[in-house]
Amino acid sequence: MSKTLIRGAKVLGGEVRDVLVDGETIAEVGTGLSAEGATVVEAEGLILLPGLVDLHTHLREPGREDSETVLTGTRAAASGGYTAVFAMANTFPVADTAGVVEQVWRLGREHGYCDVQPIGAVTVGLEGRKLAELGAMHESAAGVTVFSDDGKCVDDAVIMRRALEYVKAFGGVVAQHAQEPRLTEGAQMNEGVVSAELGLGGWPAVAEESIIARDVLLAEHVGSRVHICHLSTAGSVEIVRWAKSRGIDVTAEVTPHHLLLTDEMVRTYDPVYKVNPPLRTERDVTALREALADGTIDIVATDHAPHPHEDKDCEWAAAAMGMVGLETALSVVQHTMVDTGLLDWAAVADRMSFAPARIGGATGHGRPVSAGEPANLTLVDPAYRGTVDPADFASRSRNTPYEGRELPGRVTHTFLRGRATLMDGKLA
Amino acid sequence: MKRHLISAADLTRDDAVLVLDTAEEMARMADRPIKKLPTLRGRTICNLFFEDSTRTRISFEAAEKRLSADVINFSAKGSSVSKGESLKDTAQTLAAMGVDAVVIRHSASGAPYRLANSGWIDAPVINAGDGTHQHPTQALLDAFTLRRRLVGHDAGIGQDLSGRRVTIVGDVLHSRVARSNVDLLHTLGAEVTLVAPPTLVPVGVDSWPCEVSYDLDSALPKCDAVMMLRVQRERMNAAFFPTEREYSRRYGLDAERMARIPEHAVVMHPGPMVRGMEITAEVADSPRCTVVEQVANGVFTRMAVLYLLLGGNEPAVTQPSSRTEEK
Repeated sequence: MSKTLIRGAKVLGGEVRDVLVDGETIAEVGTGLSAEGATVVEAEGLILLPGLVDLHTHLREPGREDSETVLTGTRAAASGGYTAVFAMANTFPVADTAGVVEQVWRLGREHGYCDVQPIGAVTVGLEGRKLAELGAMHESAAGVTVFSDDGKCVDDAVIMRRALEYVKAFGGVVAQHAQEPRLTEGAQMNEGVVSAELGLGGWPAVAEESIIARDVLLAEHVGSRVHICHLSTAGSVEIVRWAKSRGIDVTAEVTPHHLLLTDEMVRTYDPVYKVNPPLRTERDVTALREALADGTIDIVATDHAPHPHEDKDCEWAAAAMGMVGLETALSVVQHTMVDTGLLDWAAVADRMSFAPARIGGATGHGRPVSAGEPANLTLVDPAYRGTVDPADFASRSRNTPYEGRELPGRVTHTFLRGRATLMDGKLA
Repeated sequence: MKRHLISAADLTRDDAVLVLDTAEEMARMADRPIKKLPTLRGRTICNLFFEDSTRTRISFEAAEKRLSADVINFSAKGSSVSKGESLKDTAQTLAAMGVDAVVIRHSASGAPYRLANSGWIDAPVINAGDGTHQHPTQALLDAFTLRRRLVGHDAGIGQDLSGRRVTIVGDVLHSRVARSNVDLLHTLGAEVTLVAPPTLVPVGVDSWPCEVSYDLDSALPKCDAVMMLRVQRERMNAAFFPTEREYSRRYGLDAERMARIPEHAVVMHPGPMVRGMEITAEVADSPRCTVVEQVANGVFTRMAVLYLLLGGNEPAVTQPSSRTEEK
């Protein structure tokens, strides 16, 4: 078995320690550990985090291999410091059967860059009418525990109630894409000052907030837990905060882009800023950052949404919604949360690894950096400053809103069960 | 002036007055037996219409021809666009053909902005109406019409619309005409009041440089112009208002209401009018209604815009000798 000695890293941004990895597990954490027989990674000045876990990734395979595949998506994940990603169900065909989720899960295992945990659709074909075979997907080799119609909202209150109840039988969770469909017909961007001026169809905050309010009340009523995808408004934060104070079992995520960008960017009419939910206002950004800091929002999830160039190189209304995010997530979190003093690195480890692994039930991920634990680890150089160049991405798609922007921090190494998937910034 | 005309907000007060003054010169030309200027001879202008529009396209075409430009009309229907060709490919095709300017009408807000700023084509872009965003030449022709009526043809030269009060009535939410007019009239010093049912005013309107009222009758007695916007009957089905009749009663302009506006004030409409909906036939056909005049003024104003964007800084016919003299 191969050994790796990570020498002198700040574990979770705190104490400087050596970490000896033997085979798939962490053998020892200490100081002055012997390098005998081990590959040494000099990690002075670097921060050691548990491997990141993304609860919200679109890998596009099967069906849209022109934008991403399980291979390119997991390479992007490893590049960004991730050791596990949850793959959303809105593929073609939809991941609403045991067959599709097993295929995606198996492809992830075969490529070996990052564990892929498929998310199952809540309803057949994401159509919101009939429950998919949630139990069969859970019992499959993929062992699905997170269910979502992401991209579409489970807007029928009865279907949502039943789904919340049904998955209790096997400890599952429903992740809701909160978007009231009637309030967002033809919606193109956040509804407010900028949309009024630009003449683009408005996407009101209430379309998100009303669904979240309904769903936390449903979860309370049936005693289930519910997860809220990509929360984007100050009002949503208030509702989740209220629900948590009431003891409702709700968790929530925020994307890196909603922590940084606002609807002012849309003035360029550049569809690289077109995303669902839409970029909101400065006030929302501030509320989201505070909520992530105080734990109202549990995790950062990328909503990595690759699209081919032609789907973005057009007029706004014709463009696809979404941004790639796996390879820039940690830098954006450092920029918006760490460098601003809102989160320390230990809290980053919680929001980007411990908590998402716990919510999604990703065994072996989001574990403490201590002896006997699986060696899923990420090294970050927080002093690095660089300009985002999409040509460097491992993802098949380039639809990043950060092109040309200077962002801090860089993932240098990623270890998946002891094996380096990223070494000195280069994919293995 | 900027190189492109995408939004009425792109124009400074001096830019706008220059366009209006130039339009006045163009209007004088129209009285001559030969209405043509050689200014844009040898230049090719493409009217790129992705959305149906008869009057705007004809108006641009007339303006282009009176300036002696070569005109290519491109309409999306029956073209490769309807077969799925992208805006980018269309733009690059036109660029390859050596088009000197593009006049674009598109149903997607921001399409002209993208065309001007994406590096797909290197030619001035004139927005002839994009989605629910902007229609700057409409605002300019409206301002031209207002200045002629309220200040005077000759007296208006060099003047703006300071202190004039304009009430814009109707479907503001879906109207590029309203957005452009609010921007331009504000730039020219006019005071604008928007009147509409609350459902047809955009959220975020409070940041616009104008007043908003839900009551037409209270806005009428103190205005110099009423600009009626077209209201599509289909809006009724999306619950923006209960019925056509109720809309007409509350926000339509009929003879009785027209009697309440000051005597000097004019009634404007960008067309096409929905008679019986936002405006009655009596009002539409009255001498106070400038709708036909607006159409004529549209040609002069568009000539002025084309002249200033494409040829305004050069002599009408370039002589090699004059080039030398300029040095």
